[in-house]
Amino acid sequence: MDQPDMTQGEVVTPSLPETLVVEDRTRRNSARLHEHTDKGLEARSVHAWFGKHHALADVSLHFPENTVTGLIGPSGCGKSTFLRLLNRMHEFIPNSAMAGDVFLDGQDIYGAKVNPADVRLKIGMVFQKPNPFPSMTIEENVLAGLKLAKIKTSDKEALLEDCLVRAGLWKEVKDRLKAAGASLSGGQQQRLCIARALAVKPNVLLMDEPCSALDPGSTLRVEETIVQLSETMTIIIVTHNMQQAARVSDYCAFFLSDGGPGQLIEADLTSNMFSNPSDKRTADYVQGRFG
Amino acid sequence: MTFRRHCEDFDVVEPSPAQVKAITVVRSTGDKVFRGIMTAGGLTSLVVLSLIAGFLLYRGFEILSDFGFSFLTTSEWNSGIDDVGTDARMGVAAMLVGSIVIAVIAIVIAVPFAMGVALFLEYYAPKKLRNVLTALLDLIAAVPSVIYGIWGYVVLMPLVVQWSKTLNDYLGWFPLFSVPAPIFERSPFVAGILLSIMILPITTSVTREVYSRAPKDQIDAAYALGGSRWGGIRTVVLPFGRSGLVGGAMLGLGRALGETIAVFLVLNLVFKVNFNILSSAGGNVASLIATRFGEASRYELKGLMAAGLVLFILTLIVNAIATAIVNRSAKAVA
Amino acid sequence: MSVMQESTSVVQPRRPWRHPAQNALTVSVIVTLSALGGAAVTARTGLAGNLGWFVSFIACAIIVSWIAGRFRSKVAAADLVATVVIGAAAAAVVIPWTSLIYTVISNGSKVIYSGWFTTDMSVTAADDVFTVGGVSHAIVGTLIIISIATLISVPIGIASAVYIVEIRGRFSLLVRFLTQAMSGVPSIVAGLFIYSTLVVLVFEKFNALAGAFALSILMLPTVARTSEEVLKLVPEDLRSASYALGASQVSTTFKVTLPTVRSGLVTAAVLGVARIAGETAPLLLTSLYLVSFSADLVGKPMATLPTYTFGNLQIGTENAVARAWGGSLTLLALIFVLFLIARLLAGRGPGK
Repeated sequence: MDQPDMTQGEVVTPSLPETLVVEDRTRRNSARLHEHTDKGLEARSVHAWFGKHHALADVSLHFPENTVTGLIGPSGCGKSTFLRLLNRMHEFIPNSAMAGDVFLDGQDIYGAKVNPADVRLKIGMVFQKPNPFPSMTIEENVLAGLKLAKIKTSDKEALLEDCLVRAGLWKEVKDRLKAAGASLSGGQQQRLCIARALAVKPNVLLMDEPCSALDPGSTLRVEETIVQLSETMTIIIVTHNMQQAARVSDYCAFFLSDGGPGQLIEADLTSNMFSNPSDKRTADYVQGRFG
Repeated sequence: MTFRRHCEDFDVVEPSPAQVKAITVVRSTGDKVFRGIMTAGGLTSLVVLSLIAGFLLYRGFEILSDFGFSFLTTSEWNSGIDDVGTDARMGVAAMLVGSIVIAVIAIVIAVPFAMGVALFLEYYAPKKLRNVLTALLDLIAAVPSVIYGIWGYVVLMPLVVQWSKTLNDYLGWFPLFSVPAPIFERSPFVAGILLSIMILPITTSVTREVYSRAPKDQIDAAYALGGSRWGGIRTVVLPFGRSGLVGGAMLGLGRALGETIAVFLVLNLVFKVNFNILSSAGGNVASLIATRFGEASRYELKGLMAAGLVLFILTLIVNAIATAIVNRSAKAVA
Repeated sequence: MSVMQESTSVVQPRRPWRHPAQNALTVSVIVTLSALGGAAVTARTGLAGNLGWFVSFIACAIIVSWIAGRFRSKVAAADLVATVVIGAAAAAVVIPWTSLIYTVISNGSKVIYSGWFTTDMSVTAADDVFTVGGVSHAIVGTLIIISIATLISVPIGIASAVYIVEIRGRFSLLVRFLTQAMSGVPSIVAGLFIYSTLVVLVFEKFNALAGAFALSILMLPTVARTSEEVLKLVPEDLRSASYALGASQVSTTFKVTLPTVRSGLVTAAVLGVARIAGETAPLLLTSLYLVSFSADLVGKPMATLPTYTFGNLQIGTENAVARAWGGSLTLLALIFVLFLIARLLAGRGPGK
C-alpha cells in the first residue's frame, strides 16, 4: 500500500482496505505491552477511585513508542477513567483518588515535584465531542495551546501549517484561517482539535472515542490521520467500535468490569486479539456476544 | 401485457388534496369568564405603564411646552414667583448628567468586583463557602435603600472623604479628581461608591448565572492543553460570559439610575453640570424630585412631573436593552 | 500439606496531586510578606486606617505571588496572581455588607428598650432621649400598608402568570416583556404617578391607601415573575390528566395546578413583600408620615418604618439619629424574617 505523500500536504484517500495498519512494522511484538523500559508511556498497577467507588483496579500496561493502542471493552469499564489517569485529568474530579504509578520515559508523572501542566503538554488529549474554542478563529484555535502554556515560537506560520497538514485539514482551511473555529463541520472541527493538540508537540496523544460523534466519511479521514500520526508519536485510543480498533491499532487492550472495578483482561497485538484471543471473555466480546 | 390492459380498464382518478379539519374550540361560560379575567390581569402591566407615562406627560406637558428641548439641556431650577411660573427657568441637564455620572461610577466599580465574586463562587470556592456566600448575597439584595442610606451617611462617607483627600493629593492634577474647594463630603464619588455596593448583588447574580453555564468540555480541553485554572477561565469562561456580563451591568445601571433615598442622603444637589467627582456637588433626577416635592408650588410640581417622565423613559430604555441582552445570551446557549 | 495463604494487600487510594505542606508554605510566605509590605506602605503614604492597610496588603500579595509563581513557571505565576486577585475581590465584597449589618445591629440595639415596640411618637418629640417613644405606630403602619399592597398585587400577579403559562394567550410575550419593564420603574416615579392620580384627583389627601397602591406597582413584577417560574415547574401530565377527565380550564387551574404550587405562590408573595417592605421614596409622596397610630386608611397619612427612619435621619440631632438606627434595625429584622419564611417555603417544592 502506498504511503500518503506528506511533503505535499495532501491527504490521499486510499480505497477502503481492510486494515490501514502498514504490514511491515517489524517492531510490533505483544511482549512489548508488558515490559518495563525507560522509553514510552507505562502504567504500573494503576487504580482509580471516585470518592469511595473503586472504578479501576490494577491495570499495568506499557505503550510502546510510535504505535497505536486501542482500548476496547463495553461502556462503564473504566477505559476513559484510565485514559484520564494518563494525562492527570482524573484529579479534576472532586474527591477522586488513584494508586499505582505512571511513567513517561522513565519519569513518574505523579511525582511530587512534577508540574501537571507540563505533563499535559507531553501527553495531549482529543475528546469525544469536538470542542474548538468558539471565541477564536481557526488559526487562534490551533495556536491556543501555545498561548495557554505561554510557549514562544519563532515561526507561528510554519507551526500552524505543519499542525494542520498533519491533522489532514490544511487544504480545506488554508484560505480561511481567520474564520471562526465553530464554523467548520463536525469532522473538520475534530481535526482542528487534533491540530490544536499537536501544536504543543506532545509525545503521546490520548483520544477518547474521537469518532463517535462523527459521520462515517469524517471518521475515515480521522482514522487515516491517526495512522499517519503514529509514525512520530504514541497514540492511545478508546473506542467502542471494534472494526475501528481493527483498522487503526497495532495493539489492543480489553477492559471489563464484572460489577466491580474495571480491569484489564487482556492486551495483545490487534491481529491476535481478534483471531485467537487467550481469554474467553475477550473472545465473547470481539465476536459480539455482548457489549 | 396483462398489466397494461388492467391499467386501461380503470379511470385514472386524481387523489384529492387532504382536507385539513378545522378544529373549533367551544368554551363553557365559566372558562370564558376565567380567561377574560386572567387576560385582564396579564394586561394590567400594560395599562399601568401606559397610565404612568400618560399622566406624567399630561402633568408635565405645560413645562415641556414652555421650555421645549431646553428642559433637557439647561441646568437651573427656578420655579418662578407664583403659581403659574412667571420668570421661571427649569432644566434638568445637571441632574440628568449627574444621575448618569454616579451610575457610571457605580458600574465601573461594581463590574470588576462582580466578575471576581462570580468567578470565585463558580470556580474557586469550596462547596460550603459557596453556599454561605450565595445566601449572604441573596439576603443583601433585600436590604432596603434607606438602610444603605443611613449606613452610607454615617459609616461610608467619612471613609470615602478620607480616600478622596488622598486621591486629590496624589492625582489632583487630573481634571476628574481636581476640586474647586477642599470639601469632599456628599460628592458624586461617595454616591457612586454607595450605589456600586447596592447594585453588586444583582450584577453578581446575573454574571454568576452566566459563568456557571460555560461549557465544561471546552474548559477540559483548555486544561488538556496544559493550561492552568486561570488559563481555562480566560480562554473559555470570560469570552462566553461577555454578553451576560454586559446584561448584568446594564440591569445594575438601570437600578442605579432610579435609586432615590440612598443617593439623597449622600449627595449634595447643585444645579451645575459637574465632572469633578470628588467635590461636593452633583445631580440626580430622583433625588431632585424627593427634595423639592415637599414645598413645591403648583408650577414646580409640573416641572417635577416632567423630570419624572424623563427619568421614567431613561430607565425604561436601559432596562429594555438589558433584558434583551440577557435573554439573548440565555438563548444562545440553549 | 501446607496451605498456601495468599497475602492480599489492600491498595490505599492516594491523592499525589495535593501538596498541603507546599501550599501551606506558599500561602504563609505570601501572607507574611504582604502583611509587612502593607504595613510599610501605610506607614509611608497617606493610605490610612484598616482599609488602607487591606488595600496595600492586596497589592503586595499580588506582587509577591507573581514572584513566587515565577519560580515554577510563567503559567503558574499568572494563575497564582489571578487566584489572589479573585480571592481579594470576594473578601473585599464581604467587608461593606458585614459592616452594614454589624453597624445596624450595634447602633440599633442601643435604642431598643422595653417600650420600643409598644409606644409611638405621639407624645414624644423626635429630639427627646430615646428611652421614651417607640415605633409601634410605624410597625403597624408598615403591616397595614403592605397587607393592602399584597391584596392588590398578588391576585393580579398570579393572574398575569396564569395568563402566560396556562392560557398561553396571544399577548404572552408582550405581557412578560412589560412585566420586566415594570420592574425597572424607579420607586420615586411610582410615587409621583400615584400622587398625581390618587392623591390629587381621587382622595385629595395623603393617605395609606395611596401608599399601598404605589407599593403595589413595585410589588407586582416580583410576584408575577416568581409565580410564572413556579407555574412553569408544574409537569404537563398533571394538566393533561385533569383535562382528560373532562375538567374545564377553570377547574383545572384552581383545583389542580394552583394547589400544586401553593407554597411556591406563597413564596412569590413573600418575596414581593420583602421587596417593598423597605421602600421609602414612594411613601414620601403618598402616605407621608404620622406620629401616632391611626386606623384611618383614607383620611390621614400613615407612619411606616422606612419613613420613620428617614424622617428621623432628616432631623439629624443625636437622639433622632439614634432612633433612626433603631428603626433600621427593626426594619432589617422584619425583612430578615420575611426572607427566612420565603426560604423555608421555597425549600418545600411543588406538591407540598
